[in-house]
Amino acid sequence: MTVQTVIEAVRDGMQEEMRRDQSVFIMGEDIGARGGVFLATDGFVGEFGEDRVIDTPLAESSIAGIALGAAMNGMRPIAEIEFADFIWPTVNQIVGEAARARYGTLGQMCVPMVLRAPQGGGVRGGLYHSQSVEAIFAHTPGLKVVTPSTPYDAKGLLKSAIRDDDPVVFLEYKRTYRLVRGEVPDEEYTVPLGVADVKLPGDDITVITYGLMVHHCIEAARIIGNEGVSVEVIDLRTIRPLDNDVILASVEKTGKVLIVHEDTKLLGVGGEVSAIIAEHAFDYLDAPIVRLAGPEIPAMPFSPTLEAAFLIDTEKVSAAIRNLARY
Amino acid sequence: MPIIQIDLPQVGESVTQAILEKWLKQVGDHVEKYEPLAEIVTDKVSMEMPCPVNGVLTSLLVDPGTTVPMGDPIAQFEVTTEEQASNNPSAEVADLTVPDRIGSMDLTVTNVGPTGSGGPITTGTDPKEASRQRYSPAVLRLAQEHNLDLSSVVGTGISGRITRKDVQAHINENRSPKPIPHEPESSDQIVPLTAVRRMIADNMVRSTTQIPEAWMTQEVDVTNIVTLRDRCKDEFEQQHGVRLTPLAFALKAVSEALQTNPMVNSVWSDNGIILKKQINISIAVASPKGLLVPVMHGVDHLDVAGIAKAISSLASKALNDQLGVEDVQGGTFTVNNTGALGSTMGKGIINHPQAAILNTEAITKRPVVIGESIAIRSMMNICLTFDHRIIDGAEAGSFVSAVKQWLEAIDPDFRS
Amino acid sequence: MKKTPPVVGAGVTRPSDDKLVQMYREMVLCRALDERVWMLNRQGKAAIVASAQGHEAAQIGSVQALQVGKDHFYIYYRDLAVLISLGLTPTEIMLGFTAKAGEPLAGARQFPTHGASKTLNLVNLSNVVGTQIPQAVGSALASKMRGEDAVTIVYFGDGASSVGDCHEAMNFAAIHKLPVIFLCENNGYAISVPLSKQMAVDGIVSRADGYGIPGVVVDGTDIMAVYEATSEAATRARDGRGPTIVETMVERYLPHTSDDDDSLYREQEDLEEARKRDPVRILQEQLIGAGLLPGDTDSVIRNEAKRVINEATDYVDAAPYPEATDFLDHVYS
Repeated sequence: MTVQTVIEAVRDGMQEEMRRDQSVFIMGEDIGARGGVFLATDGFVGEFGEDRVIDTPLAESSIAGIALGAAMNGMRPIAEIEFADFIWPTVNQIVGEAARARYGTLGQMCVPMVLRAPQGGGVRGGLYHSQSVEAIFAHTPGLKVVTPSTPYDAKGLLKSAIRDDDPVVFLEYKRTYRLVRGEVPDEEYTVPLGVADVKLPGDDITVITYGLMVHHCIEAARIIGNEGVSVEVIDLRTIRPLDNDVILASVEKTGKVLIVHEDTKLLGVGGEVSAIIAEHAFDYLDAPIVRLAGPEIPAMPFSPTLEAAFLIDTEKVSAAIRNLARY
Repeated sequence: MPIIQIDLPQVGESVTQAILEKWLKQVGDHVEKYEPLAEIVTDKVSMEMPCPVNGVLTSLLVDPGTTVPMGDPIAQFEVTTEEQASNNPSAEVADLTVPDRIGSMDLTVTNVGPTGSGGPITTGTDPKEASRQRYSPAVLRLAQEHNLDLSSVVGTGISGRITRKDVQAHINENRSPKPIPHEPESSDQIVPLTAVRRMIADNMVRSTTQIPEAWMTQEVDVTNIVTLRDRCKDEFEQQHGVRLTPLAFALKAVSEALQTNPMVNSVWSDNGIILKKQINISIAVASPKGLLVPVMHGVDHLDVAGIAKAISSLASKALNDQLGVEDVQGGTFTVNNTGALGSTMGKGIINHPQAAILNTEAITKRPVVIGESIAIRSMMNICLTFDHRIIDGAEAGSFVSAVKQWLEAIDPDFRS
Repeated sequence: MKKTPPVVGAGVTRPSDDKLVQMYREMVLCRALDERVWMLNRQGKAAIVASAQGHEAAQIGSVQALQVGKDHFYIYYRDLAVLISLGLTPTEIMLGFTAKAGEPLAGARQFPTHGASKTLNLVNLSNVVGTQIPQAVGSALASKMRGEDAVTIVYFGDGASSVGDCHEAMNFAAIHKLPVIFLCENNGYAISVPLSKQMAVDGIVSRADGYGIPGVVVDGTDIMAVYEATSEAATRARDGRGPTIVETMVERYLPHTSDDDDSLYREQEDLEEARKRDPVRILQEQLIGAGLLPGDTDSVIRNEAKRVINEATDYVDAAPYPEATDFLDHVYS
């Protein structure tokens, strides 16, 4: 076991896959000599050369479109979007094209590509460097959407995403890049897509979350645990496909559900998870399903006080758990 | 001149620490604001850190080459008072931007609720009062599966809502086999259920299903009371028109002990434990119709004689079916004189919603070790059943001991 | 002012006589098919038709200049003749127009001519114009990374050339000298919007200079010119010299699609002028002039085309629609 940061785990995951499989390559802005603005590809151009670590022009739509074409022609591209806030030009190629390629060709074309982007706030990123974009992509059948929270998961999920034959939108929480450290096995491993992880077992309340919020939820669960309430924290890890089994098993045990995400609430992942629970575990519910999510403003403001007001933290999660425990 | 501390600033998205590569100023240097102070290297950039203040560098807190979390102090400066004042506000803002380890973020937001969004929230999810009668799907499902009458379940949720855990606890408590429907044979006789019998049954079930009980007993040496009573019972009856019984002494002792142990004279509620100011003792009385529990009000204001009179009055009303509403309401504690039935030890069932019940058992003569010798003494067991939600063992013990001490302290030569 | 485009080695490649006759056969067959599916639309049997009439020479001439089975074809909705030239049968194509079971490119999930053929390296993914251009560049990138000498050709109209993806893709391909041919079928209309409202120049080829790549304008109704230009571009691509823009100036005889009414925006004289540049007739005259259609060869070719189209029509008329049993399949691997 080695203790790594999330960004180191992401880097290692890509590096191992590029060593393992010649068809894996990376393209994106500033990923070459600069090593990526977050240094996710630090040193890659030296090891793999400019042919497999391609610095692109500032043109996100074609980054996605070219990756898609290369994927349909037998490669396994990793397309990096510098910040998730810049991902919108790719929607045409990803949602409109990549997601439909297999379906629209009766299974003849497959799209083994990964679209990586750092997302989320807490880094003073303001309106255009803080956004969470998972809900937009997760709405699209044909795509897979991954939101890792820990170094272990980030590496294992990224390796699975690269090996997957379907287009995967891989959204890393940039706040976790250097903040979160964790153990990563030295030996080869992968984490399967579509499988949620019980990060903390408990009996009284289920907290369903993903990404950066996992850490706040675990912290809150530990605090609340000292108050005699046993909290189970589920890390969805993959937003699409959702792991209904783990969600429902936990709800059937606890009967009380809090869903936490950094992304805004309306029509977000929490709404979908709530609906799944209402449809399949209604008879087990002992309290209204509660969502704690970002406020209904279009993006995260810049000033530290405003940013903090937008973000959910341990205290807000704790308060929500306490309210639910009392119900 | 004041000394102020300067911190490593937050630079760069997602970066939490930096290496202080090199100091560009020495202790004793006068440094202008914005002059390069140190070279710092993060894993994203390397840069010169501009000095945030005008002043004289008085100490370096970090050696070159050290990795420093952003926001940690790195140096101290002697500055003018004005400089210090002008630097304070920015220092406060800087605190907010310092990245924290997981779970130690600075933001303090109060009054947040579970619904709504990340911003402050003003309302919680308290169900309306009416929801006391509305059950969650989980509660209804469990009730149906276990054929349970939810009116017999006490809610511990918000506003008394019955939670899934309440139902589960109720089911666990009642794991005993369900009453098997019993068809009477022709030779059997059916005693019709009277209203009193049904009420007694309901009260007993409510008490045992809703109150987590505990029980304890102590032996009381009532030799002195017996001596006193034997000596002056005729005189007493002549004077007061009622018989002097050990129960009167016991009630007096209970009344005194309740005053020093107020938790025992209380009622459980979701909003807190209600300590009753009045001491109204319910007395279990056997009547031809069944068990009746009339209430003796304001026992703490009565002496033993007054209590004896009140006992007599209530007993006679009960026997003659003359108890009024006021005679059966308002009890805060129950004394159950099982001794009259010859019982020497028993566990009473708490008179819901009170906090405890005390059995006063039969007085028997027994050999008792006193010091190094054995004596024949009149002994009585007193047994307390109590609501363990309200009363812990220590409090129960304290109360029972107080009753015992009061009873044992009676002077046999006492003259009323 | 229109810049003189770089000349792509004129006259070095010419199709063989047999190949010319074969291309004529395909062109006649495609025209017959095109006319038939338009009729099927008017009979209510084909929900939507985009006609290739007037574009056939550009499509067939370019396909025949490439290596089917090795090279990659990213096409768009008006490329009926590309499908014929790649070897799809009129029956297979007509199953697409009538959305019947057994349609080979997309199982009739898509508009006619859309979907893909793995064996033909054919991709026609989308109705969203221009999206295929970066995808084709990605395909060329893959071929180059693997060291193959396969070429990717991408077809698009003048309308699609306005999409940002077109610029991004051409620029990237130019930077990395990718083996891709940008074949623009410039028919002067983006549905109803004439070229003069799409760009301030006469065509897209002048952009080639801006990307530092060669570009050539050819008469898209002259199959030999198209064949030659495409061959040159393919050679350049295989030699590692990068992409070429081949702008074929073509005519669109019919409205944008069967749902369009071009009388609202197009003068009758304009159409009559366009029909004078009929690629089928032009090739016919060239072949007759060269003595390549002796005797009744031409009528044999035309009768054979009619027979094949009639048989195909009968077949698809009788064919069932797909059962809605497996339409949930092929979302994920």
